[in-house]
Amino acid sequence: MSKIIIIDYNLGNLFSVQHACTSLGLDVKVSQDPIEIKNAEAIILPGVGAFNEAMINLEKLNLIEPIKDHINNNKPFFGICLGLQLLFTESEEFGNRKGLNIIEGKVVRFPKEIEGNKLIVPQIGWNTISPKDSKGFKDSPLEGIKDNEFVYFVHSYFVAPENEEDILTYTNYEGHRYCSSVRKNNIFATQFHPEKSGKEGLKIYKNWAKQNNLI
Amino acid sequence: MSYKRIIPRLDIKGPNLVKGIHLEGLRVLGKPEEFAKYYYESGADELMLQDVVASLFERNSLDEIISKIAKEIFIPLTVGGGLRTIEDIQRVLRYGADKVAINTAAIKNTDFIKEAANKFGSSTIVVSIEAIKESDGRYLAYVDNGRDYTGVDVFEWAKKVEELGAGEIILSSVDKDGTGEGFDPQLIKTVVDSVSIPVIAHGGAGKKEDVTTIIKNTNVHSIASASIFHYDFVKKNNSKTISTTEGNVEFLKANRSFHNFETCTVEEVKSDLIANNIKCRF
Repeated sequence: MSKIIIIDYNLGNLFSVQHACTSLGLDVKVSQDPIEIKNAEAIILPGVGAFNEAMINLEKLNLIEPIKDHINNNKPFFGICLGLQLLFTESEEFGNRKGLNIIEGKVVRFPKEIEGNKLIVPQIGWNTISPKDSKGFKDSPLEGIKDNEFVYFVHSYFVAPENEEDILTYTNYEGHRYCSSVRKNNIFATQFHPEKSGKEGLKIYKNWAKQNNLI
Repeated sequence: MSYKRIIPRLDIKGPNLVKGIHLEGLRVLGKPEEFAKYYYESGADELMLQDVVASLFERNSLDEIISKIAKEIFIPLTVGGGLRTIEDIQRVLRYGADKVAINTAAIKNTDFIKEAANKFGSSTIVVSIEAIKESDGRYLAYVDNGRDYTGVDVFEWAKKVEELGAGEIILSSVDKDGTGEGFDPQLIKTVVDSVSIPVIAHGGAGKKEDVTTIIKNTNVHSIASASIFHYDFVKKNNSKTISTTEGNVEFLKANRSFHNFETCTVEEVKSDLIANNIKCRF
């Protein structure tokens, strides 16, 4: 049985996440079987696409309970992009759709303009991450990543956590500062795509796996 | 200003990387996976693979190339050429593409963009626009690598694809492609100003300064280029490339100079951007 399950809920591209993990020698398996997910040591929730469709798919596949149980049991969880957003209370997309409600806060859309300038949405491309405070990235999966390192983003919505302590990094898009990764108990989740962020991105997967004794 | 992306574009025919002029007259340059690896190592922000023949017959070899490249490079990969159905998109995503570029199928059936964006998310769907300037000054969108006339106005089409849910536009100037004469600023600026989604400009770069100039003059978000990067790689690896390449390698063997091009690496393009205060990942 693989240690790490990458959850397949019929949305977005899981293969790049799988390739990245495999290249690092991680023991991963893509699955949508609730039992396999229940028994996993760690789970990765990726995803690109619409929040609403994601919640519908998770419900249909009976994956909401296994994911919540996993997190409540304080087992390692890694969310990416939509896999970060789904953790939140609700999303503005499609009129306040409820999320998994594991982290308090909302998922909101980038504004159409900032200070009179047209804002290009989605944000597609490289941008930098910086730590929330002077503690930096110590003891987090971002350990060893330098301040203002470039990582790859593709998104129209971002998360606004209610509690500042859940925030790990901030990113600034054209003058708009937002939360680009969170950390809470054994949850680590990023708005950016480490599997598309070159060698520094791969380092993040490796750190996460090491810190959780998965390799 | 956001960070500008530099995207090497790899035109694929069968198992080979090829490059033509005005999207035609294809020359074999080598193995796509070798070029892809090299660009990844030298700071490319993304890669784009375009199947320029896109025949059903050669589909397996494209899938194989995508899968080889996706296992070795960890930056976004966009794949285009002959994608006509939701199943086609699903297939290339399964082989490891992150985004798909659609042209012909989008023009023939605009609902296809909507359907694909709903299913895979807008950011996965790039609409490819191949523009030709007509003698009356209008820009019209063509399909099948600039071969087939559609009569569709480029600027109206660009706005329409945004409405339909495309996440990005790759805008090719067929007139400039492979010539090394520089980009078409009028075409690019008009499209950039009329939409709120990112635009990738393609076609015409002959030297690194062309990239800097077009970004300065149009604020376009990204640049895709083939010739300047490929010819640089070929110059440095010619003998090795010939021995490992199947197909028509007459062009490579002739070892001709690429007189319209001041070839360069991705890093050299980016250094020039930085020197001109244009932000990019470096």
